[in-house]
Amino acid sequence: MKDLHEKQLKFLEETANFVRQDVIKMLLAAGSGHSAGSLGMADVMTALYFHILNHKPKQPNFKDRDRVVLSNGHICPVLYAVLARAGYFPLEELKTLRQLGSRLQGHPHRLALPGIENSSGPLGSGLSQAIGMALTARMDGKKHRIYCLMSDGEHQEGNTWEAIMSASKYRLSNITAIIDRNHIQIDGFTENIMPLEPLKEKYESFGWQVLEVSGHSFESIISAVAEAQAIHERPTAIIAHTIPGMGVSFMENDYIWHSKAPKSEEARLALKELRSLGGKIRSEHE
Amino acid sequence: MLNEKLKLNPRLFEADVEMRPTRDGYGEGLLLAGEKNKNVVALTADLSESTRADGFAKKFPERFVELGVAEQNLATVAAGMGVSGKIAFISSYATFSPGRNWEQIRTTIAFNDSNVKIAGHHTGFSVGPDGATHQALEDIALMRVLPNMKVFVPCDAIEARKATLAAAQIWGPIYLRFGREKTPIFTTEATPFLPGKLEVFWGSPKPAVAIIASGPIIGEALKAAMELKKRKIEVIVANCHTISPIDKEGIETLAKKAGAIVTVEEHQVRGGLGGAVAEIVSGAHPVPMEFVGVKNTFGESGAPAELWQKYGMTAKDIVSAARAAIRRKK
Repeated sequence: MKDLHEKQLKFLEETANFVRQDVIKMLLAAGSGHSAGSLGMADVMTALYFHILNHKPKQPNFKDRDRVVLSNGHICPVLYAVLARAGYFPLEELKTLRQLGSRLQGHPHRLALPGIENSSGPLGSGLSQAIGMALTARMDGKKHRIYCLMSDGEHQEGNTWEAIMSASKYRLSNITAIIDRNHIQIDGFTENIMPLEPLKEKYESFGWQVLEVSGHSFESIISAVAEAQAIHERPTAIIAHTIPGMGVSFMENDYIWHSKAPKSEEARLALKELRSLGGKIRSEHE
Repeated sequence: MLNEKLKLNPRLFEADVEMRPTRDGYGEGLLLAGEKNKNVVALTADLSESTRADGFAKKFPERFVELGVAEQNLATVAAGMGVSGKIAFISSYATFSPGRNWEQIRTTIAFNDSNVKIAGHHTGFSVGPDGATHQALEDIALMRVLPNMKVFVPCDAIEARKATLAAAQIWGPIYLRFGREKTPIFTTEATPFLPGKLEVFWGSPKPAVAIIASGPIIGEALKAAMELKKRKIEVIVANCHTISPIDKEGIETLAKKAGAIVTVEEHQVRGGLGGAVAEIVSGAHPVPMEFVGVKNTFGESGAPAELWQKYGMTAKDIVSAARAAIRRKK
């Protein structure tokens, strides 16, 4: 992984801003979908697909590619946007999200679209699949890495903890879990619905290395991923503290936007904000 | 009479016929599949010995994954391996897998089209004394309802080995059903195993009824055929080892030829083989049907043979069902 230069940083910030605009446009066209998590993870997704991953968008199945397992499939609008911008499929296809016949299913389907590693939607199963891929890589002597993107809410699923336990047993240092710690879920705030804290200590007590970063700082995300790669004894969880709805002021930190799409006036305002925000995200939130 | 072409076990009606549990066939098949293909891996959830994955684990420890008592993780870890080039066999008791982890199987194996083979063990009443919690009587229904999932129910240990080997060679999600107790060996090495095809074990040129059975309980159907023959009633007994995709053509042919059908299974009739056959017969060639199997009830503790008796699944019950089906013919 390359070091981050000023030019690259600017490129990532601009790309993430375009990705956020894509997300708003897609959700408006679809009329339904999950806004907050998609916007909140735009920086992590952009960092992965435009800096971190070893991948070939024109050869989506090349064997030694790094894998991204999206466990919380409901934020697929942001995954689709980065995949399209990275060149996996035409950008124009983004507007077909959730429509009949579209490859961009409401929740991602492995067989539908290039670049999708796992069909997901039901929560709590992604990390286990990442473990299956990591065990396979180890058996086959492969060096690629498995990135599992998880929501905070899905840590209420038992399957998640079965997976956390087993990744530790097998010392799967080729797995990096990135947790979108945005504190919201459909019914409200995570700590009211079913408290997750102390999340860091829980992972640590299960034998994981845990790093905490701002999910909106490219430098922090990228350096944490580099640190995870340097650890060979155990898996790493990066708790990415994010602002749900990031970039659109009236969506930020409001759990109503977890599973809601903008209407046309809301989308117009959101796009206006994002366009005027340009590449300023970093300076405003640091 | 017995179909000679299938080279069935000539001693299958003897009192001292060789008996082996179908789970032994799984263990042998898994080991052979592992020897043939280095991409075969096995995963278990704390039940490696009783699901007969232990032989594979000893021979190929580097390809064996022990996940502890966690069936949801079992299915989903396998799903990740099955899309990464492995042929992943998972084994547990069927009430836990595919019972507890059904949604994970639906999304990450069937919908996701991962190359995972799900071995459900201790099915039917074969785990008798453990009682209702451990007796899987719904697993066929859970698996055959899933698109993209094949369902094999072998009748004996030899067929179980062949089915396991076949599963390793066929891409995609497959459910395999096994029993705990020793049951008779009906087939031989020479008996063909063709996935998706019914096999007529007991034939007749002019059958009054066709009995379609799956699993070791086919032994009761064969005993019933012998008994009916004494009463001058000619029947066919077909082994339906593949419940999904089911042999539509074969079932239609039997319905037309016999004009009445009885299904026999160690499972709930609703959603099981009985339901699957009725779906074909009612559409293609409606004829009277009778169903031998579990009728919308849970099991209880007892010896498997006692339970078969109590729940109306013995040769005697099959004889009654056959006669009832014949009486309903126009």
